[in-house]
Amino acid sequence: MRQAALGVLRRELLLALRRRSDYAQPLLFLALVVTLFPLALGADPAMLQAAGPGILWVTAALATLLSLEGMFRDDHASGLLEQLLLSPHPASLLVGMKIFGHWLATGLPIVLFAPLFALLLNLPAAGFGVLMLSLLLGTPVLTLVGAIGAALTLGLPRGGLLIALLVLPLYVPVLIFGAGAVAGAVAGLPVAGQLYVLGAELSAALVLAPVATAAALRVTTS
Amino acid sequence: MNKWLHSWAAPMVFYDRAGRLLLPLWMLAVVLTGIGVVWGLFLAPADYLQGDAFRIIYVHVPSAWMAMFVYMFMASAALVALVWRVKLAEVLARESAPIGAVFTALALATGSLWGKPMWGTWWVWDARLTSVLLLLFLYLGFIGLQSAIDDRRLAARAGAVLALVGVVNIPIIHYSVVWWNTLHQGASVSRLDAPAIDPSMLWPLLLVAAGFTSYFGALLLLRARLEILAREAGRRWVAERLQVAEQ
Repeated sequence: MRQAALGVLRRELLLALRRRSDYAQPLLFLALVVTLFPLALGADPAMLQAAGPGILWVTAALATLLSLEGMFRDDHASGLLEQLLLSPHPASLLVGMKIFGHWLATGLPIVLFAPLFALLLNLPAAGFGVLMLSLLLGTPVLTLVGAIGAALTLGLPRGGLLIALLVLPLYVPVLIFGAGAVAGAVAGLPVAGQLYVLGAELSAALVLAPVATAAALRVTTS
Repeated sequence: MNKWLHSWAAPMVFYDRAGRLLLPLWMLAVVLTGIGVVWGLFLAPADYLQGDAFRIIYVHVPSAWMAMFVYMFMASAALVALVWRVKLAEVLARESAPIGAVFTALALATGSLWGKPMWGTWWVWDARLTSVLLLLFLYLGFIGLQSAIDDRRLAARAGAVLALVGVVNIPIIHYSVVWWNTLHQGASVSRLDAPAIDPSMLWPLLLVAAGFTSYFGALLLLRARLEILAREAGRRWVAERLQVAEQ
């Protein structure tokens, strides 16, 4: 079972490595959208600092959303997904490893590059630690919850817009506490509470989302 | 009892029995809502603080209750559809979503109308308002998914997964006024101790709520019957029923 799980993860990472440009797109999208805000809102440093945490979190959520459509598409087309679901190992575990690999390829770069974008938005360096920590706890939730939406819309024509409609309402709790934590850290307030809630959301998503995703995949691949 | 319950699941049996229930449910809905609305809007005493403006409560609170109740109904039907593959449960989940969406929109609209004189604004980003808005989006997402998948049985099962995932929002809505002390007033009816609302105001509220529930039941049965006809088109019993109706 462990071998199968690690095999899925290794394959996912290998694919990401071989098709780097595909997986770099969400990050580029994030960079572009972050650039748009100062141009549209005006480059007043104080205002950017006030809006920065929210802008970063919303764009991180949108970048994750953008990466979701391709999550299961190729594996569905090649038939790998059906093999995963037919295998004797628990489907939720294998699907969970797939989601983990997807997050490593798309979510982790966002976490690592976040301070760079924070600089562009004039956030003080004191908030970088909390920004990265909140993204580290929050972006896996975005990917996990998004996987349910990706699984439900698998194989539908024009599924991309529908994913947004299904998934964005479920992103709200993560956005509230993620952006709240960063804004609090920038203002010098204690943020342990928000981070604990993010951690709780991550635990709940880790347990429930792979099961729901596997159930959704069984429906849409049948 | 169990056997009697199971007999409902057959589309033909449901179609006939629901048809007989329709008229009583419509009458119940009209009478209860009528009495409740007249009582609430004209006879109940005005609020000492909010004056006559509070009377919108008789539409707002029952529709907000229905928004949550219909979602729970839909999610329960979705669970039954997903676990036991009951076709009737699929139909009920699919057909209750648009009704729930309308109740949610009504709750938001009336709340907004109430908020303007009381809070001085149409909308605040308060926890309860936001979570009810999310509930509306969940309904719309469910409806969108249903209409995007052509195969009805597949759509029902995909929708069931989505409906069950969305259930996390219901406790957040219910407890939002307890957890976050915001502009929206706290719960005054569903409390463990006595309701914090005078009986002269409570009774019309409960009447309208019962009327709305009957309305939901009647509309759901009507929609479910039509959906069953569409699904079972080509079966002999459908042709028989339609011929009888034509004569």
